[in-house]
Amino acid sequence: MNPVNYLYLAALLFTIGATGVLIRRNAIVVFMCVELMLNACNLAFVTFSRLHGNLDGQIIAFFTMVVAAAEVVIGLAIIVTIFRSRHSASVDDANLLKL
Amino acid sequence: MSSAASVHSLWTAAADAPQKIPAPHIEYAQLSPTLIVLGAAVLGILVEAFLPRRTRYPAQLLLATVGLVAAFAAVIALAAGGYGTDKAHIAAMGAVAVDGPALFLQGTLLLASLIAVFTFAERRLDPAAHGRRVDSFAAQGAAVPGGEAEQEAVKAGFTTTEVFPLVLFAVGGMLVFPAANDLLTLFVALEVFSLPLYVLCALARRQRLMSQESAVKYFLLGAFSSAFLLFGVALLYGYAGTVSYAGIADVVSGTTRSVDPALASTSGNDALLLIGGALVLMGLLFKVGAVPFHMWTPDVYQGAPTPVTGFMAAATKVAAFGALLRLLYVVLPGLRWDWRPVMWGVAIVTMVVGAIVAVTQTDVKRLLAYSSIAHAGFLLAGVTAASPDGISSVLFYLVTYAFVTLGAFAVVTLVRDAGGEATHLSKWAGLGRRSPLVAAVFAVFLLAFAGIPLTSGFAGKFAVFKAAAESGATPLVIVGVLSSAVAAFFYVRVIVLMFFSEPRPDGPTVAVPSALTSTAIAVGVALTVVLGVAPQYFLELAGQAGTFVR
Repeated sequence: MNPVNYLYLAALLFTIGATGVLIRRNAIVVFMCVELMLNACNLAFVTFSRLHGNLDGQIIAFFTMVVAAAEVVIGLAIIVTIFRSRHSASVDDANLLKL
Repeated sequence: MSSAASVHSLWTAAADAPQKIPAPHIEYAQLSPTLIVLGAAVLGILVEAFLPRRTRYPAQLLLATVGLVAAFAAVIALAAGGYGTDKAHIAAMGAVAVDGPALFLQGTLLLASLIAVFTFAERRLDPAAHGRRVDSFAAQGAAVPGGEAEQEAVKAGFTTTEVFPLVLFAVGGMLVFPAANDLLTLFVALEVFSLPLYVLCALARRQRLMSQESAVKYFLLGAFSSAFLLFGVALLYGYAGTVSYAGIADVVSGTTRSVDPALASTSGNDALLLIGGALVLMGLLFKVGAVPFHMWTPDVYQGAPTPVTGFMAAATKVAAFGALLRLLYVVLPGLRWDWRPVMWGVAIVTMVVGAIVAVTQTDVKRLLAYSSIAHAGFLLAGVTAASPDGISSVLFYLVTYAFVTLGAFAVVTLVRDAGGEATHLSKWAGLGRRSPLVAAVFAVFLLAFAGIPLTSGFAGKFAVFKAAAESGATPLVIVGVLSSAVAAFFYVRVIVLMFFSEPRPDGPTVAVPSALTSTAIAVGVALTVVLGVAPQYFLELAGQAGTFVR
């Protein structure tokens, strides 16, 4: 199969993730959409790695996974904290800070 | 035995004898500023784990101070050794550049972080709780605000001394960020400095709900923007087949030595380059707080603990502008005719929106946030110059901006009432009568923000606009000067409010800080005046440092 198809899939996944971040209201779901975007990036890296015949892209995919894991740790900690103090993880309920 | 081996060999093959893999060559001495700071951060974690609670605060403060000072000394030693000028080169197998702009920005970052650490450690401002002095950070970050666990933590005198290792990790990432010489290092450094900042934002002692909300907003938007940056990195990698800055620049300008068929097909695809470059720029402009991506700035600046806000405002901007300059001047100079109009547009919108929206603000921290957006616009005007003067003027402006910002936020921590910091502007009325010294110092910072002559802000703005004008960006300079005038209006309005209106009877009091915050404010005032009255030496220093290595 032509590897370029995987690039289209990566772009599609990235777009789904970005759309999800913009339209979903639950912080956890928003965060999952961000992770989907990161994984779409990984797919693009690996595909380009195959296209170019060098391993850089595959190595970068590992780095991305580690970063994504670190982000999950921080992100879930913050979201759980705000859920415990407000009993809601909706990004619309967090509205103390405005003009 | 032998038959087993022969059967086995049907579906396995003997591996080649392992070849010697050459170990990468790492120039530890040239990377020492970053290594020292990260080492101090790791030691800080060990201190948290093993030292008794009482001794952690002095140990952490000492460790952070020593680490930052030692790293600054290492930067000075490298610069004195000529690594900023003629010995500039690329270290760590092409991952990190050691050159003039990198060392200049690292030095600035380390000094700014040292000042910020002093404001983090301040324990005289809040009234003592249960006989123990407390700082601006929550007794226990995990305890629910207003809950039983929080009361117990306060009663037991817990303090969040983890902020010191966190800030050191953030500084470590920031030191790498402007020096990153490939896109992977850029992305990793971005995350290394962003993640601790998200946590720091959530740790305010007062108004914890707002603080946590600011952390959630910063985290979600920050992760969103870094995903865009990463996809841009993927596209640029697809375009050039490499993530090294010099490699991509070669492919962009068409001067690669060998072109294989795969590279020939992808590098003919300009969509990869343009979209990839735009996405990476977007990620950086988010960190800078430029206008289409500025929405997080006021909320996060207002909600975060004020020392963290000062650190974030000063250091993040320095690091992110360093990375932005290197990306535009080293990777994408071949695309100059494509990115310059875009950056023109972003700079104009940023200056105008920052200045105009700031006029309507009623909270000091939000006001300073919008002023930082406007300053990002002025800095972008210098970035668009695409000339050596552009680089050196932006470097100089970053120094002036960083210390004024740190000083201004340090003053904000002093003005307090029963609910903690009194950040509403109406409460600042008549502050000049109640505490002339603090009001005068804040006035100096505001005048520097406004760019009044004899303050550092004027010298910085003059350098940036001069570089922009010489590169033919006259409309940009005109918009810049006009929005500076609008900005000056609201800075002067605050000064008038402080000095020429009656103090309110229920107004805030001005806390007397310890030597830590006093040092921070004094350094801010001193640099504001020195860089304003005699900027020549520092301009020359920035001019000497203004050459990127490739």
